[in-house]
Amino acid sequence: MRITCPICGDRDLREFHYRGAAKLMHRPAPDAGDEAFYDYVHIRENPPGLNRELWFHELGCRAWLVAERDVTSHEFKSVELAAEAKRGAK
Amino acid sequence: MSRLAKGGQIDRSQSVPFSFDGRTLIGHAGDTLASALIANDVKLVARSFKYHRPRGILTAGSEEPNALVGIGTGDQIAPNVRATMQEVYRGLAAHSQNHLGPLAYDLLAVNDLMAPFFGAGFYYKTFMWPKAFWEKIYEPLIRRAAGIGALSGVEDRAAYDKAFAFCDVLVIGAGPAGLMAALVAAKGGADVILVDEDFRMGGRLNADMQEVGGKPGADWAADTVADLAAMDNVRLMPRTTITGAYDGGTFGALQRVSHHIARPGADLPLETFWRIVAKRAILAGGALERPIVFPDNDRPGIMLASGLRSYVNRFAATPGQAVSLFTNNDNAHQTARDLQAAGVRIAAVIDSRADAKISGDFPVLTGASVIATKGRKALRGITVQTASGIRNIETDCLAVSGGWNPSVHLTCHMNGKPVWREDIAAFVPSDGAIPGMIVAGAAGGDFSTHAALKTGAGAAKAVLKDLFGKAPRITLPKAEDAPGAMTPFWHVSGGRGRAWLDLANDVTTKDVVLAHRENFRSVEHLKRYTTLGMAPDQGKLSNLGALAIMAELTGQTIPETGTTIFRPPYTPVAIGALGAHGKHKGFAPERFIPSDALAREQGARFVEAGLWYRPSWFPAGGETHWRQSCDREVNMVRSSVGLCDVTTLGKIDIQGPDAAEFLDRVYANMFSTLKVGRVRYGLMLREDGMVMDDGTSARFSDTHFVMTTTTAAAGQVMTHLDFCAQVLWPELDVQFISVTEQWAQFAVAGPRSREVLAGLCDTAITDEAFPYMSCGEVSIGAVRGRLFRISFSGEHAYEIAVPARYGDALARTLDGAAKALGGGWYGMEALNVLRLEKGFITHAEIHGRVTADDIGMGRMVSAKKDCVGKVMSQRPGLSGPEREQLVALKPVGAVKQFGGGAHLFNEGAPQVRENDQGYVTSHCFSPTLGHPIALAFVKNGHARIGEHIRMKDYMRDIETICEICPPVHLDPEGGKLRG
Amino acid sequence: MVDLIAKSPAAGLLPFVAGGVTLAEIVPDFITSIMPHRDARAAVSAALKAAHGMALPGDGRTSGRAALRAVWTGRGQYFLIGEAAADASLAAVASLSDQRDGWALLTLEGDAAADVLARICPLDLRAGSFRRGDTARTEVAHMMAVVTRSTRGFEIMVMRSFTRTAVAQITGAMRSLAAQGAG
Repeated sequence: MRITCPICGDRDLREFHYRGAAKLMHRPAPDAGDEAFYDYVHIRENPPGLNRELWFHELGCRAWLVAERDVTSHEFKSVELAAEAKRGAK
Repeated sequence: MSRLAKGGQIDRSQSVPFSFDGRTLIGHAGDTLASALIANDVKLVARSFKYHRPRGILTAGSEEPNALVGIGTGDQIAPNVRATMQEVYRGLAAHSQNHLGPLAYDLLAVNDLMAPFFGAGFYYKTFMWPKAFWEKIYEPLIRRAAGIGALSGVEDRAAYDKAFAFCDVLVIGAGPAGLMAALVAAKGGADVILVDEDFRMGGRLNADMQEVGGKPGADWAADTVADLAAMDNVRLMPRTTITGAYDGGTFGALQRVSHHIARPGADLPLETFWRIVAKRAILAGGALERPIVFPDNDRPGIMLASGLRSYVNRFAATPGQAVSLFTNNDNAHQTARDLQAAGVRIAAVIDSRADAKISGDFPVLTGASVIATKGRKALRGITVQTASGIRNIETDCLAVSGGWNPSVHLTCHMNGKPVWREDIAAFVPSDGAIPGMIVAGAAGGDFSTHAALKTGAGAAKAVLKDLFGKAPRITLPKAEDAPGAMTPFWHVSGGRGRAWLDLANDVTTKDVVLAHRENFRSVEHLKRYTTLGMAPDQGKLSNLGALAIMAELTGQTIPETGTTIFRPPYTPVAIGALGAHGKHKGFAPERFIPSDALAREQGARFVEAGLWYRPSWFPAGGETHWRQSCDREVNMVRSSVGLCDVTTLGKIDIQGPDAAEFLDRVYANMFSTLKVGRVRYGLMLREDGMVMDDGTSARFSDTHFVMTTTTAAAGQVMTHLDFCAQVLWPELDVQFISVTEQWAQFAVAGPRSREVLAGLCDTAITDEAFPYMSCGEVSIGAVRGRLFRISFSGEHAYEIAVPARYGDALARTLDGAAKALGGGWYGMEALNVLRLEKGFITHAEIHGRVTADDIGMGRMVSAKKDCVGKVMSQRPGLSGPEREQLVALKPVGAVKQFGGGAHLFNEGAPQVRENDQGYVTSHCFSPTLGHPIALAFVKNGHARIGEHIRMKDYMRDIETICEICPPVHLDPEGGKLRG
Repeated sequence: MVDLIAKSPAAGLLPFVAGGVTLAEIVPDFITSIMPHRDARAAVSAALKAAHGMALPGDGRTSGRAALRAVWTGRGQYFLIGEAAADASLAAVASLSDQRDGWALLTLEGDAAADVLARICPLDLRAGSFRRGDTARTEVAHMMAVVTRSTRGFEIMVMRSFTRTAVAQITGAMRSLAAQGAG
């Protein structure tokens, strides 16, 4: 599998670490309560088809990435920097 | 002698002696082992998998199911090498496989007489009981009786290699389609890699008598290969098989680098496993001829017509002197004409089609089929059923052709389903089965040479337009354009003998009938019940025949019956190639500490800590057991001074305007209040509330901290910090970088530690300048270092750090100073004892399932701020008496022994899982206390200090009565640390 | 006074020559990591230009000259490598850290250098894809590495404690390539 890092370009899967659903970007407010945190930490949709995921370019530039990947075909539709996605969303 | 007087692409000037089963034979340069054996009249080359039937050579390619041999000598024989792929070289030693006694008189051939008992499902039905018989009797018996070549059991000493390659266009197969595709792609300016399994590129052009571009096909192929070789943007990879197609345009490829070289030397790899990344790929892998199935169709001398043509045309060796052909298509008639032209007598052409044309000056029997064969170790004759009756024909070679199957295998590796094409009665690749791959030539069902050249060029043009927006104009060389007519004919019904579908795994048509009768009708069930297609050749020749029979039995069409899934690898790949670079030290990188050389000089024994090698203990004067060294080292630290290289602990330089805020958020406790020049112990949680890691962080300025992590979790913590900074709080202005390797750091621990440093540092080391939990810069001569007053032993202790280039020198300086005071080095064993005596935790305790409260640090989770894991750590059930909590244990009964991982039970309670009270995480013998101690997690342990509990170690059979104690055995007030 | 003697990461291990390719160690006087504060890249680049005569390189690039060069080494991270440490003026807009002793700097030079590296590094090393002055943070034989294309080959940086393994893996690939006659 190949992933196009927005900083480094097309790289081999071995350089990356998979962290799971991009839901982890949206940490609840500290006073949101433990139900909200429980949902944040443990509950995942895991749908077939397109998923938003967090990847870490661990053996590369060390950027955390948000990728849209079709989990049935392994095709990446988009890859962006998590920091920019987070800051842009605000 | 079966070598023809002239012709072929062999170098008759070079005679190559080789041996088969110890008999010396002569081949020529350009021969494969198979062609050289045929040229030497060797017909019997192997025994079959299950029934030990005599077998010969069936094909001239990598799909060969029969002719598997061992290559090499002594304990370095590579088993299961396909004789059709092995080039002969001077001194090649080949050995037949899977027989007891000589090949010609295999004692295990008795299995063949037992055949009625050994059909499909035999194992499942027979070896049912008693259960105890499996390991001792059934399995060894089966393994001895059935199989192929065996490994010697000693290490494969050959070198293997792995590599990466990149290209614009990967062309798979160098037949007419592949050569044309590569040529067009290269002329269009693309970076091209052209791979082919064969050592001579050209594919069928080397084996068939036909003209391309006005010259013999083989010559056109050779000229084209030479043209390609001269281009800078082309990499030719002969002897290379694409083994798999993977996501993102990645392909696996096995290059046979030195299988054809007599003495490759220690550094030359046998094989290289490539990972090729291609923007586009063109599959021009051709097609595989398929057999017709008839009774006793496995005798040596019966082969595929395409193979026969290869041996005669390319290798100038004929497998028979009176050759017959059995076919359902026009193509095989060409074979007969080629053979006749080469001077071989044609006994008969048997064509299953009633309307087949008489094609040459040899007997053609139309509407006919072979119903029996004879000759045990070599074919002697066949029986043919014609419309007018039965005829016996004397023949020593029968070539069979049932049409062609496009090589769809790679197109199935990403879940592509081949589609049925009625006109050629074969599966062809579905469009877009592999993203970025186009299929050309016979692999796509275009069987004529003209069509191959045309589709090859067309594929390359399409790829070029896709990549560069333009493609060059190309004139196709002239070539034959008759695909040849064919009428499907799969198998001869009836007859007395068994008719073999899968020769590699000894599966017959009767096995398919049996599978159908026992309701294993799905192709996937059929495959597993009969083992059809599960041999090294993966059913390349047998799958479709079996499907056709199953389709007949179920009354379905072949496409309705479906096809099993082809998976990588296309041909077998040695584990050695996949594991190249990974043997011995190559298994994992090694990390060495700055004092490694000194520790080795002092005879240290090492232990792996992650990838690091750390001294475990330092044997001194006559010590023969690690415990002697460990106890001495512990006493040394407690009474004088000990040195330990702690460079391996993760060190992270954290800076930026928001550094303090960042630490507050990642640590459970507060760091923004830490004064400059001071150090604080920090506890880090995961977001799920469990403890992730611990360590100290030092503050060098308002905006500059150095965090330490445990050795084991350094990488995990760094990744976590990156996650927090980028994904959770990108608004924070904080930067960090690992300085683990920048600083060589040594613990100097013990009551005399200050004396060691006093002679070393330029400034005075006083309690005022360096109180407990402080840090600062010091000079050691001209070198600027850092000093931390911290302790993992409970003693008055420091850690001193210098830039790593001075690590070896500082270690030697410390060594001299400490020894002068009766001190010295201590290893990981002593370090473990020192920390256990103080109740300090490591990852044996914070193993991922414990909370801060469990380890008695619940109050460290600051109420004044948020941090990762705070909310979750306070959920019900994660603190309180129902939890297993950290305590220490000491033995109070007659048995004074602990076992790591042993479980704890209340006295008198049955020692079963339901009564489990906890477990031991770490233990040691404490020379300071004079008895063993342990850390353990015990249910409601914090409230049970003083109670007795029973430890039961089922692994080591130890039972110990323990007293539950507070974790800190030694100096609980910490007077030694501060004094 | 104590006089500590410096030891380079690959002391006693290199140089090594095989198949026309040479693996050697270089020991720069200084390596300083420069990590710009948030949104301060332009300011850091200007400060670097004023102090050392070069702008910050782009992602995957190097700037400066052989004696003192700025190398991109990751997201928001640059190494100033050579005859000078990063000027203190940079500290106002960037976090600076001494990395001089954290890394082994190896040079792999010769016609077949790319073929050697292709054994153990998953980068696209074709001349058109990875040009002189291009740099990448990637993997070399399962170790994190910074690889830069130089005039005659590559500069490979691995973390100091990995030096022995890196040398063993690279020289192993060099021997294999030499035996394959590609050198």
